Parts: sequence; C-alpha cells; structure tokens
Amino acid sequence: MDNQNSTTRLPRRKVLQWFATVAAVDLTTIPGFAQAPHEATGYGTDPDLTITYSPGDVWDLTLSDAERKAATALADVILPADDLGPAASEVHLIDFIDEWVSAPYPRQKGDRNVVIPGLKWIDEESKTRFQKDFADLTEAQQEAICDDLCAEKPKTPELAKNARFFDRFSSICQGAYYSTPEGWAAIGYVGNTPSGVFNGPPQEVLDQLGLEQTVKD
Amino acid sequence: MPTIPISEAKPEYDVVIVGSGAGGGQMAYALTLAGLKCVMLEAGRSYDPVTETAMFQRGDQAPLGGSSTPEKDFGFFDATIDGGWTVPNEPYTQASDKPEQEFKWWRARMLGGRTNHWGRISLRNGPYDFKPCSRDGLGFDWPISYETLEPYYTRVERLIGVYGSNEGLENTPDSPAGVLQPPPKGRVGDLMTQKAGKKLGVPVVPIHRAVLTKALDGKKLAAKLHPGDKKAQKIVADSMTQRAPCFWATACGRGCSIKANYQSTTVHLPPALATGNLDIIPNAHAREVIVGKDGKAKGILFIDKTTGKEERVKGKAVVLAASSGETVRILLNSQGGEGVANSSGLVGKYIMDTVGSNLRGQIPALESIAPHNDDGAGGSHFYSPWWEYEAQKKGQLDFARGYHIEIGGTRSMPRGNSPVPGNFTKGLYGKKLKEEARRYYGSFIGLACRGEMIPNENSFAELDPDVKDKWGIPVMKWHWKWSDHELNMAAHAQKKFTEMIEAMGGTAMPNPNKPGSKSILRGGEVIHEVGGALMGADPAKSVVNEWNQSWDIDNLFLCDGSPFPSNADKNPTLTIMALAWRAADHIIEEARKGNI
Ligand SMILES: Cc1cc2nc3c(=O)[nH]c(=O)nc-3n(C[C@H](O)[C@H](O)[C@H](O)COP(=O)(O)OP(=O)(O)OC[C@H]3O[C@@H](n4cnc5c(N)ncnc54)[C@H](O)[C@@H]3O)c2cc1C
Ligand code: SF4
Repeated sequence: MDNQNSTTRLPRRKVLQWFATVAAVDLTTIPGFAQAPHEATGYGTDPDLTITYSPGDVWDLTLSDAERKAATALADVILPADDLGPAASEVHLIDFIDEWVSAPYPRQKGDRNVVIPGLKWIDEESKTRFQKDFADLTEAQQEAICDDLCAEKPKTPELAKNARFFDRFSSICQGAYYSTPEGWAAIGYVGNTPSGVFNGPPQEVLDQLGLEQTVKD
Repeated sequence: MPTIPISEAKPEYDVVIVGSGAGGGQMAYALTLAGLKCVMLEAGRSYDPVTETAMFQRGDQAPLGGSSTPEKDFGFFDATIDGGWTVPNEPYTQASDKPEQEFKWWRARMLGGRTNHWGRISLRNGPYDFKPCSRDGLGFDWPISYETLEPYYTRVERLIGVYGSNEGLENTPDSPAGVLQPPPKGRVGDLMTQKAGKKLGVPVVPIHRAVLTKALDGKKLAAKLHPGDKKAQKIVADSMTQRAPCFWATACGRGCSIKANYQSTTVHLPPALATGNLDIIPNAHAREVIVGKDGKAKGILFIDKTTGKEERVKGKAVVLAASSGETVRILLNSQGGEGVANSSGLVGKYIMDTVGSNLRGQIPALESIAPHNDDGAGGSHFYSPWWEYEAQKKGQLDFARGYHIEIGGTRSMPRGNSPVPGNFTKGLYGKKLKEEARRYYGSFIGLACRGEMIPNENSFAELDPDVKDKWGIPVMKWHWKWSDHELNMAAHAQKKFTEMIEAMGGTAMPNPNKPGSKSILRGGEVIHEVGGALMGADPAKSVVNEWNQSWDIDNLFLCDGSPFPSNADKNPTLTIMALAWRAADHIIEEARKGNI
C-alpha cells in the first residue's frame, strides 16, 4: 500500500485551469455582485478518505468576525431550534458556511461572491432600519427583513438582488445542517447502520401507499 | 495490495497485462490460476479497499459536506482516486467545440480502475444483442452468439456474486438455477415504479447487481469454477471466505471494505496474487506495445511515473485492458506513433457510449411518510428491462434497439447539498422551512434511460497531432455525434417517464442541469464507453477476432470494452469479464500447444 496516506495537492496553475474550463453555476457573472478573491488550494485528487475532517483542516477559513456574526444569526433564523431539532448554531453551522465560501472550487467561489456582499448588505439594512447589526436585532426585526427577502415579488431591485443571496445562503445552510446526525433526524433520514437483514419498507408504509412487497423471502 | 517496483520485475513473463480493472483483473485471475506467470502494469497507485474505504463517514465529517468538486466529481467519499472527468497531467481534446459533439471521458487511475466505484449493475447481453445487424440491418454482428458466451457469464456470476431474479423475459437471459444470489426487497421507489409500470405495461423486476446478499459457499463454487484443480480451488475458496455479505448500509460507489460487492481489488486480484504468479507494478503508464521483427508483441514500453523514466517489460503475450479509450491510444501510439494491429484502419473507429436521459418526478403520495431505512444494497434494486420488442417489430417506433430504466433511490443519505430542490422551499425559513423540507424529502423518484447506441462513422477517436500529456505521449482527440436513433430513443424515454410519474400521481420535474430542450446526456457521460477496436469474423473489417485476439499480431489481446461491435442497453462490464475469461482460456490453450 504505497502512498496510502499521501494527500496529493495539485499545483495552483492546474487549479486555475479548471476555473477557466469547468462550467459551473457562476454567480460572479451576475451584475452587481462584487468579486471577493482569495487564494487557497483544494484537497487534491487523492485525499485520505478514512479520517474525520473539520472546517479549516484543508483550507483556511476566511470570513471576518463581523461576517461570521451576521452569518451565524441568519443561519439561526433559517434553521432555528424547534421540535424537529437544534438550531444551526448548536451544530456549528457557521464553520461549515465559512469553509464553503472559503473553498477554492468554482461553485463555492461563485457562492462567495454572493454571500459576502449579502452579509454586508444585511448588516447595513439592519442598521438603516433598526440602528443595529443583524445579529443584535430582535427576532421580529430579523424576520421583518427576511420576510421582505422572501416576498414573492420583492419590492425593490435591491431586495430582489439580495433575495438571490438569501436563497443561496439558505441552500448552503440546508446542505450543511442535513449532513449532521441532528439534521438526519430533523429531515427523517434513517440509515448508515449495519444490519444482518433488509426487510424493505415497514408494513405501515406499504399499507399507506397501497403497495405490496413483491420480493418474498 | 502487494506490488513490486520495476527494478524487481522478472526478465520475461508469460503474459504482460496492462490495466487492473474488470478486464485486466479477470485476465490476471484466469491466467495465474492456470499457472501462467503474469505482470500487471497499472498507471495508478496501489489501492486497498479494506483499509482505504470511507464506509460510515458522514457528510459533516468531510470537506463541503462531502459534495462533489472538480477534484472529486462524484463526491468526497467516492472511491475514485486521481480520476474523474479530468485526470491530472493527462488531458484529452475535442474535435468540435459544439457542446452536443463533446465526448466526456471518465477515467480512474488506481489499482482496480473503475471497478472500485462502478454501479455494480451486471446484466447479460441477450441473444439478439449479439446479432443486431442481422435483425435490423444496422451496425455490426458479433462473431459469437449468446450460446458461445453463456458458460462464461455463468462462471463470472459464480465468481463475483450477482443478485437478481430469473424472469424469463425476452432477450433478458435467465441465469442457470442456483447461480444468482437472492434479490433484495423492493424499496418504496422500486415498488411505486413497479405498480405504475403495471398500469402501463412496463415490466419492473429485480435488477442484477454484483453484490453478495448472502455469504458465498467458497468450497462448492470453487469446485465448479476450477474442476479437477485442487490448488486453484483452495485459493479461490479461501478468497471467497474473506468476503462478507452486504450489511445493508453505505453506498457501493465508495467501495466496500468488507468485500461484499465486486471490485477487481477484492475479488480478482487477491486470488491472483495468492497463486504467486502475479507481479503488479503500479504507477506504470503503458505507452507502446513493443513489436519484434517477427511481427509478434514482445512486451510493453511504459513510463515509470515515480521517476518519469521509460521502462520495458517483456512477455510472450500482451493483453491490453486499459479501458477502451486508453487501449486505442496505446495501439495508435505504438511503433513511435505509426500504430500497431491496425491493418484494417479501424483502430479508434466506432466508439460507443450508452444513451442516457433522466427525469425526476415529485410524488405527493410519498410526502411525509414514516421515516424508515431505505439504504438497501447501496445501489439499484429494481429496473425495467426493454419491453417494446413487439412495437418495434411492427415498425411503430422511430428508433432501433432498446433501453432499460434504472430507478433512483428516494430516502438516501443527505450529503452537503440541500436534500430538497430549492423551488420546494423557496421563500421559507424557520420552523416552516424545516417542516416543508421533512415533508418533501423522500418524495422524489428518478428514472434513467440507459439505451443502446448504434455505432456510427462520426463517433471515433484519434491521436491529437498537437497535444501531449506530461510524459510527452500524444493524447486522444474525440469526435462525437448521436444519430436520430439515439435522439428519438431519448425522446421516447422522456415521454414514457412522464407517463410513469403521472401514473404514480406525481409531476415530472425538468432536470435543471439539461441544456435547452435536449434531454440526451453527452457522449461518454454514462461512462459505458466501448468500441474502437471491433471484433469480427473478417480481418479486413475488424481489429480482433472472437477471442479478443489481434488479427495482425496473434499474441496481442484486447480485453476491455474496445472489441465490442455493439453496445446493448445492458451495462458492459459483465460482458467485458465474460469475454476476458474466454480469451484467457484461449491464451492458456495456445500456451499449452506451445503457440505462445
Ligand atoms: C460511476 C460509474 C458507474 C458505473 N456503473 C456501471 C454499472 O453499474 N455496470 C456496468 O456494467 N458498468 C458500469 N460502469 C462502467 C465500468 O466501470 C467499466 O465498464 C469497467 O470498469 C471497465 O473495465 P476496464 O477493465 O475496461 O477498465 P477500468 O476499470 O477503467 O480499468 C482500466 C485500468 O487501466 C489503467 N490504465 C489506463 N491506462 C493505462 C496505461 N496507459 N497504462 C497502464 N494502465 C492504464 C487505469 O488506471 C485503470 O485502472 C460504471 C462506471 C462508473 C465510472
Ligand atoms: S451496500 Fe453492501 S455491498 Fe455496498 S458498500 Fe455497503 S456493505 Fe458493501
């Protein structure tokens, strides 16, 4: 097992080539979203798959304290504690979000260019409306801003632009949250445990759907 | 896995095998158990699924939740190493810049090749599939019939372990009694699709996959596979007892550390190594077949990627099984770029992939059902074999050949991406968002067309005259064009899938990743690339004969998908292995006669 533990890193030149060639959702081309460049390398094509990674292990986290503060608060509005599970902050979602927008891949770089200006905007908007940062607003005040972003037809072009930020940010949060065991419980994923048998869906599910198990023992 | 550096290679081997995937693995297995001394050159690094597989790792334990990136195209935990749609240092080029004429070439660079992460779907070609031209005048017949290959299908199924059922359906062969492992239970998505299929006359039955649903009876199977050969029986039985049955968790695309599914690295290579007759040299990138003055293959010229130096190994016979595209490349690059085994001029011609076209449906009946374990055997349980033979015969369809339908799972493990499409939760946040995500999760069923492409003059590969890889070896340039048969087939599938989804009370969702109105995937995207060195009965019109043996160089064998004269809807790998075993028997026979 030569090389078993090697973590090949690609030369930066190669990574840049990908950026030029790989077609991905490139939000940087949407007018109005500023470029927020930074340097990093990925995990390469042969990372160790058997160890546990934490955000920051492979590339540095790059959000500022102010950005992390706003993102933590917004993630908790999107995924609060309720009877389905804990709040985003309780499962340290902010580290995942930071890892995501700090990643050196095209898709995440596109997201970075939406998320960072979006976080800045939400703090500015909070100050304009309520004279405080988003994280320091009351729940009702936070929801007032989020409701405007979620309106079917946002009232101003500025809100429409930041509605796209809200969507992207929410999607990143959901991706992270539902990757955790707490998120699995919240969404209803059951599995990843070994078993000697597989019985298929439980009878109550089959009954509810009017289905019959056609593979018999 | 135990490997050797080039410095420890023997002066000469009986057989040099290039590539360690399905074809190379099967060859090494059969030849070494018969006592032939073999060396295997593998361009990638050594790999051991027992210690390197991410089995129970969760998304939150990987960068980016384990979601895909250009460095791990199918997600962080996917078994693919140093591969994907791009391979470091090994570019390929397109003849056209039109997206619909693009060919996407998936490669893996690791011991075991793509068999470490493949879907394990293992379907036999049917009798029609060997004589397609005789049936409809298109493409080419194989020089062999189903009956010729049948014993080898059975042998491979016994060796690797394949679950499934015998349904007696047209052109969808049953296996002999007792050969298949028991099929797994249907999951919600399988049973829903089956019920909808019933209404529409589309059969939905257990699929065949190379996954053990029960332990192998090593002794009994080894006796059947190697009658009269006690030594081979012992080695094979021992290897089989190392394999545990599936424990119904962890996606097979990550590989399987308990050896419950087929990978060359868990099924073919361990017994081959146990014979003591196999040397494996990793990081050895074959560049040319060395041909002597007598017109025979003498060995392989390769690059030792650890030093960048050119090296050679010698053998009495040479097997290329580097994946069809790469085997073509080696043939064309040989003799300093003049090419070998190409008196027909057909090397690189008639590249085929599978017709792919997908559709997803959202099924209200599946909303908010009781959470339950849907992991199953880490891949497909049911599928629809092609069913429209009658309609086709009557001329009611506007395309030739068939497709099968693969059914996508519903309640799979969320990993890095939002588990519910954004348009179902748009404008929601807080408790309401979490409730709606839970409601919709598991309510989507994906249907995928996997259909036969007919070989055509516009889909081929050649050497790029300008572009070279890191080691100075000319790279492949791909030409690609679907014909109306494939485009019409994809349209048929989209229509049929919509009907099926509607029969489930659901709504078909346009796949947001598809450009324009086109529903057909790009060439190569189903990763069933075959062809480029077709087998046939006439040396002027084919590259190899029915034993995968070059017409021009009789000790050179091509044992991956390159000799396929057609690409039935049945996924190619089981047939690659069956042909490789048959070719191995031929090599063993020739060696006994002293012809090799
Ligand atoms: C995600 C995925 C899912 C799939 N699902 C299915 C499925 O369900 N059913 C099915 O039938 N098929 C499936 N396939 C296809 C299947 O993997 C291939 O048909 C099969 O692996 C082909 O075997 P092979 O030996 O020809 O090539 P490979 O398995 O690719 O092995 C070729 C080996 O040769 C090595 N090599 C290449 N070039 C050189 C060189 N110049 N010198 C030395 N070594 C070299 C490579 O590194 C590689 O290890 C799938 C493929 C993928 C990627
Ligand atoms: S599902 Fe079964 S066969 Fe597949 S990886 Fe998991 S244990 Fe192995």
